[in-house]
Amino acid sequence: MTTASITPTADTLERWVTLLELAAREVFQMMVGGDLEPCPTADPDFGDITAMIGLAGELCGLVTINCSTACAAQIASAMLGASVTVDDGALDALGEICNMVAGNFKAKVTTLANGCVLSVPTVIRGSDYELHPIGDGSSVAIQQGFGGCPLRIALRIHE
Amino acid sequence: MAVRALIIDDSGVMRKIVERSLRQAGLELAEVWEASNGLEALALLQQKTPDLILTDINMPNMDGLEFVKQLRGVESAQGVPVVMITTEGSESRVVEALSCGARGYIRKPFTPEQVKQHVLPLVNQ
Repeated sequence: MTTASITPTADTLERWVTLLELAAREVFQMMVGGDLEPCPTADPDFGDITAMIGLAGELCGLVTINCSTACAAQIASAMLGASVTVDDGALDALGEICNMVAGNFKAKVTTLANGCVLSVPTVIRGSDYELHPIGDGSSVAIQQGFGGCPLRIALRIHE
Repeated sequence: MAVRALIIDDSGVMRKIVERSLRQAGLELAEVWEASNGLEALALLQQKTPDLILTDINMPNMDGLEFVKQLRGVESAQGVPVVMITTEGSESRVVEALSCGARGYIRKPFTPEQVKQHVLPLVNQ
């Protein structure tokens, strides 16, 4: 694998927003059994759960999903077809969703398909923290909803 | 024929989804054993002999590729088909997995139909 990292242009970032949304929609349709919806409010509170996956190689950065505990529980319950709580699988489910969104996004960007690897998922519960990525970089994000709850999916790039 | 399956994934939710997908694919499961990484799976294989193994790649302690390599040394598991189920869908990873001894490769996200296409022929053999 080459270690030269990509510095995306504004056009590339615009294309990646579309691909990130497409990747997320496919994951929700195939694995959760439901569609992502428009973000339910104009000024959403995304809650205190953050799932993240690291990217390394030709693209270095993070894919993150932010949502509330209620949203994570709804997603996990839809995935398993049974009621799931935050303490019993919902964080695990959100980590896997983030993993699949990152992998599916990577597969859609032909220049990344073979030159970028994913970390195992990490899920943080709580909102009293700041994220300090090493190095400068750009980011793209989409705001969606699931089961009436807002969620935010972002790609933060280390350049 | 009822099948005994070993499902290896560090996510408990994903292990349940893989099991459900096998049933949705029409597979009759006599028993399902679970492990959260390759090391756990190798330990379990000292006592159990599955007819089919499905494993993730990215896992802590021992990943799926190393597990498949180590499986060559487990006498009771010789000939048991291994299918990788993973988010890592790059061509190089697929080639690596197949060269290590995996017989199938399913990329997450997946549908029950994809599981059926990749798993049933191996079980029917």
